[in-house]
Amino acid sequence: MPVTTTTPTSRSAGTVPPVHRRRPDWNRRTPYLLILAAILLELLIHIVPMLVGIWMSFIKLNQFFIANWSKAPGAGLGNYKIAVDFSTPIGRALLHSFTVTCLYTLIVVGLSWLFGMSAAAVLQRGFRGRGGLRTLFLVPYSLPIYAGVITWSFMLQRDNGLVNHVLVSELHLLDHPPFWLIGNNAFVSVAVVALWRSWPFAFLMIMAGMQSIPDEVYEAAATDGANVWKQLRYITLGALRPVNVVLVLMLFLWTFNDFNTPFVLFGPTPPDSADLMSIHIYDNSFVNWNFGLGAAMSVLLLLFLLVVTGAYLLIANRRSRRA
Amino acid sequence: MHEPRSFRVFRVVVVAGLGLFTLVPLYVMVTSALKPLGDVQGDFRWWPTHPTLRPFVDIWSTVPLARYFINSLVVCLVATAFSVLIAIFAAYAVSRYRFRGRRAFIGTVLSTQMFPGILFLLPLFLIFVNIDKQLGFTFLYQTRVGLIVTYLTFSLPFSIWMLASYLDGIPRDLDEAAKVDGCRALGALFRVVLPAARPGVIAVAVYAFMTAWGELLFASQMTNDATKTLAIGLQNYSTQINVYWNQVMAASLVVSVPVVVGFLLLQKYLVAGLTAGAVE
Amino acid sequence: MRTIAHTTNPGGSDMKARLIGIVVVLLAVSATAACGGGGNSSSGSSASSKTLTYWASNQGTSLENDKAVLTPELAKFEKQTGVKVNLQVIGWPDLLNKILGATTSGQGPDVLNIGNTWAASLQATGAFMPFDAAALTAIGGQDKFVPASFATGGTAGTAPTSVPLYALVYGLYYNKKMFADAGLQPPTTWQELVAAAVKLTDPAKKQYGMVLEGASYTESVHFAFIFGRQNGGQPFDAGGKPTFTSAGMVNGVKQYVDLLGKDKVVNPSNVQYKNGPEAPGDFAKGKAAMLMSQNNADNTLQADGMKSSEYGVVAIPAPSPLPPGGKDVASFVAGINLSIFKNTKNQDAALQFVKFMTSPEEQAILDKPFTALPVVKGGTVNFTDNKAEAAAFAQVLATKAEALPRVPAESAFETNVGAAVNSLLAQAATGKDVSISDIKAALQQAQDKMAAAGI
Repeated sequence: MPVTTTTPTSRSAGTVPPVHRRRPDWNRRTPYLLILAAILLELLIHIVPMLVGIWMSFIKLNQFFIANWSKAPGAGLGNYKIAVDFSTPIGRALLHSFTVTCLYTLIVVGLSWLFGMSAAAVLQRGFRGRGGLRTLFLVPYSLPIYAGVITWSFMLQRDNGLVNHVLVSELHLLDHPPFWLIGNNAFVSVAVVALWRSWPFAFLMIMAGMQSIPDEVYEAAATDGANVWKQLRYITLGALRPVNVVLVLMLFLWTFNDFNTPFVLFGPTPPDSADLMSIHIYDNSFVNWNFGLGAAMSVLLLLFLLVVTGAYLLIANRRSRRA
Repeated sequence: MHEPRSFRVFRVVVVAGLGLFTLVPLYVMVTSALKPLGDVQGDFRWWPTHPTLRPFVDIWSTVPLARYFINSLVVCLVATAFSVLIAIFAAYAVSRYRFRGRRAFIGTVLSTQMFPGILFLLPLFLIFVNIDKQLGFTFLYQTRVGLIVTYLTFSLPFSIWMLASYLDGIPRDLDEAAKVDGCRALGALFRVVLPAARPGVIAVAVYAFMTAWGELLFASQMTNDATKTLAIGLQNYSTQINVYWNQVMAASLVVSVPVVVGFLLLQKYLVAGLTAGAVE
Repeated sequence: MRTIAHTTNPGGSDMKARLIGIVVVLLAVSATAACGGGGNSSSGSSASSKTLTYWASNQGTSLENDKAVLTPELAKFEKQTGVKVNLQVIGWPDLLNKILGATTSGQGPDVLNIGNTWAASLQATGAFMPFDAAALTAIGGQDKFVPASFATGGTAGTAPTSVPLYALVYGLYYNKKMFADAGLQPPTTWQELVAAAVKLTDPAKKQYGMVLEGASYTESVHFAFIFGRQNGGQPFDAGGKPTFTSAGMVNGVKQYVDLLGKDKVVNPSNVQYKNGPEAPGDFAKGKAAMLMSQNNADNTLQADGMKSSEYGVVAIPAPSPLPPGGKDVASFVAGINLSIFKNTKNQDAALQFVKFMTSPEEQAILDKPFTALPVVKGGTVNFTDNKAEAAAFAQVLATKAEALPRVPAESAFETNVGAAVNSLLAQAATGKDVSISDIKAALQQAQDKMAAAGI
C-alpha cells in the first residue's frame, strides 16, 4: 500500500512542493535500504556456501580431492544417480531414511503445536503461578541440548532407567522392561526427546502472538454468549493465523533437518528405525568422506522441501484470501 | 469470562501433563548433579546415596567452564542484538512496503532454512579462511566475530518472517497516525509500531539467543580452545577415560540459571497489548 | 492523534538519545567480542620459525589433564631447542572434523595427533607430509619403532604420513577373585573362555561372564576384525575390494555375537553401552567376570575403585584348533600417531618435535598418565605396576597384533561394519536368533554401502 503523499496539515503548506518531489525517491529506496543488511549477511553466510554446496554435488569430492577442490573430476549427475537408484542399498537406505524422517517430523511438529497451543490457551487467563509455569515450560528449550538429550538417554536405559523403573516396577504396566534405545522403540524415543525440546518453542511463539489480541474482542464475544471453547476456535485461532502459518512451517523445516537430537542420542550410527535424513547425509559425507554424494542428497532434500513449502504457502494464502 | 467446567478440567490436565513431562527430566538432572560419580554410572536411583555438592566445584576445573560461559554469553548476546535489529528493519520493509523483489526476498530467505547445516559447513569454513587470507589477519576464522556473524544470520530468516507476521497484525492506522504527526518512516517504526509489537520482538530475541546458545555443529568447527562455546564445551566432560555425567548435569544447570532468570525477567515484556484507544 | 503524541512520543530527542545509547553499548560489547579470544594466530600455522602449533588428542582423564601432562614436556622441548609449542588439546568428538577442516582449508596446525586407523584415509588427502628416508633419519630412524606400530603409518608400500606415538592393544581382563572362587584358570583358547564365562554367569545375581560395549560401533568393528582374522577372513582383498561376506569374516562376527545370543554370557542391556566407560565400570563393580578392552581401561578401572591386583590380563584367545586360514590374532594395533601438515612453515622444527616425542625418555614419561605402551623398541611398559599385566600387553603388541586394513575407505569400513554388528547384537538382545544368513545379510549390506565411499 503506497504511502499517501497528501499533506493535510497546514503547517507544511509552505514546504509542500519540495517535499512532494523528494518523498517518492526516499520511499522507493527505503525498503531496499531496510533489507540491505539482511541481504548482505544472507549472501555471505547462507547463499554463497549453499551454491558451493550445490556445486559440490556435481563433482567427485572425496578424500582424494578434499584438499584441492578444483582438481576434483566432474561427476555430472553421477552422485544423484547413486542416491536415487532404489535398487541399490544406498538408494533404498535413502528412501527408508526419508520416510522415517517424514513420519518423525509430522509427529513432532503436530504434537509440538498442539501442546504449545494448549498451554498458551490455558495460561492466557490470569491465575496464580502463571508466570512460574510459563518459565518452567520454557526451561527445556533453555537447556544445553547435550545435557537435555543425555538426561533422556539415562531415563531410557533398559535396566537402570527411570522410564522402565516406573513402567515395570512401579506401575506394572509391562511385564518385561523393553529396550527404548535400540530396535523399533528407538523411533519413539527420538520423537519424544525432540518433542520435549521443541514444544516450548511453539508455546513461546503462540503465547507472544496471543498477546496482541485485544481483550475487548473476547469481552464482546463473551457478552454474545460464546464460551471459552468457541472463543478459542473463532477468535484466537483466527487471529493467530499468520503466526501459526510461519510457526508450523518453520518447525517442519527445522525438525526435518534436525541433526543434534539424533546425533547426541545415537551417535553417527543410529538404529534403522531412527535413521533420520540429517544423520544419513552426515554419514555419507563426513564419515564416508564422500562429500559429493552427501551434497547430492542434500540438494534432493532441498528440492523436496521447496516443493512442500511452495504447496503449503499456496494453500495458506488461498485460504487467507478467502477469509 | 465464562469458563465452563470442561475448560477447567482441560486446564488441569494440560498443566499437570505438560508439567510432569517437563519436570521429570529436570528432576533427573538436578539429582544427578548432586550425586557422586559412582551413582550416575550404575543403577538409577531416585535419590543420591549421599548428596554432594562436589560436582558443582569440580566442573570449573575439569573443563574451563568459566571461559566457555563467557564466550557463549558474549557471542549470543551480540548476535542476538544485531540479529533482532536487522530483522526489525527487514520485517518492517516486508510488512509495510510492497517493493519489487519482495516475494523473491522472502522466498530466498525462507529457502535458506531448507538446506541441512552440515553441507554448507565446509564451504562456509572455506569462505572464512579465504577472507582472512585476503585481509591478512585472523578476523573470522576461529574467532568470536566469525561465530557472531554466523549465528546472527542463522536466526535472521525466522526472525524476519515472524516479525513481519506480528507487524502484519498491527493496523497501519498506527503508522499513518504517526506519520501525520510528523514522523518519517523509521520514526514511525520505532516510536509507534515496535512498542505495539513488543511481545513479538521479545519472542524473536529469545529465539535468536537460544539458537545461538545451543548451536553445536558450527561451534565445533569454527572455534578453538580460546573461543569455544558452552554448547560443545559441555561435551568435553566426556573423555577417553570417563564420562563425568554428574558434572555434565551440574554444569548444565549452572549455565542454564542465567538463561532461566532472563526468562523470568522478560515475562512482563512478553505481556503487552495495543494501548486501548491508541488509534482514534 | 494528539493521544499518540502524548503516549508514545514524550520527546523525540529522548527516544533518539536512547537509541544512540543502545547503539553505543552494542558497539562496546561487540568490541570485546572481537578482541580477546581467537584474534591470535594460535591455531594457524605459525610464521616464525620459533613456534609450532600442536593439536593433541585426549588421552588422559580430561582435556585439562592432558594439558597439565604435556605442558612441562613442551617446556622441556623449548629449553632444548628454543622452539615454542602452542598446545591445543582437542576432544574426540571434534578431532576428525577439525582435521577435515584443516585439510580442506589448508589452515591447520604444524603437528597433530591422529587415531592411527585414520592414517590411510588422511594419507589419501595428500595434505600431510610423507616421512621419506631423510625425514625418518631426522626423527631417529625407522628402526627405533616397534614394527607393528610403524606399519600403521600409512598404506603398505608407501612412505607413511604418520609415525606412531602411543600404542594400545586389546587384552582380556579377568576378575581374579571370581575366577579363583570358581576354580578356573585364565583361558588360553576361545572354547575355554566361553566355558569359563558360562560357569560365571548367573542372571539371577545379575552377574555375567563377559561385558561388552554393545552400541559402540568402533568396538564392534574391532572385534569383527580380530575374530574375523582368527577365522581366516580378511575385510579387504589384495586389490582393496571389500570381502566382508567371506566365510572367515562371517564366522568371526558369529563368534562375537554368539557371546550374547547363543552362549548368553552377556547382559542384554550391554547393547546400550556406547560411551566407553560403561563396560569397564561393570567389570570394576564385579557385575562381569571378564572384559575385552584396550589397555587404557586401567584408568577407568582404578577410577571405579578396582585395584590393579584384583584383575589379571591375558591375550584374547583364539579358537583351538585354529580354523583354516586363521591366525592367532589377539588385537589390532591401536594407537595414536603423529603427523606433520604438508604446508607447515616450520618443517625442521616439526621434525625435531616428532623426534622428541618419540624418544625413549619422553615415551617413558608420557606412557604412564596416558596408559599407553611404548612405540619404541626396548621401551619399558610402565603404565601399570602389575608386572604380569605389563608383560601380557607387551607380548600382544609384539607378537599377536595386526593392523586394521590400511585403505583410504577405512573409516567407512569402521562405520558400516560396526553398525552392522551393533544391529546384530541388538537383534540377539531382543531375544531373536542370529543365524549365519542373518550375519551374511548384514555384512552384505555393509559391503554394498561401501560403494558410497567410492569403492
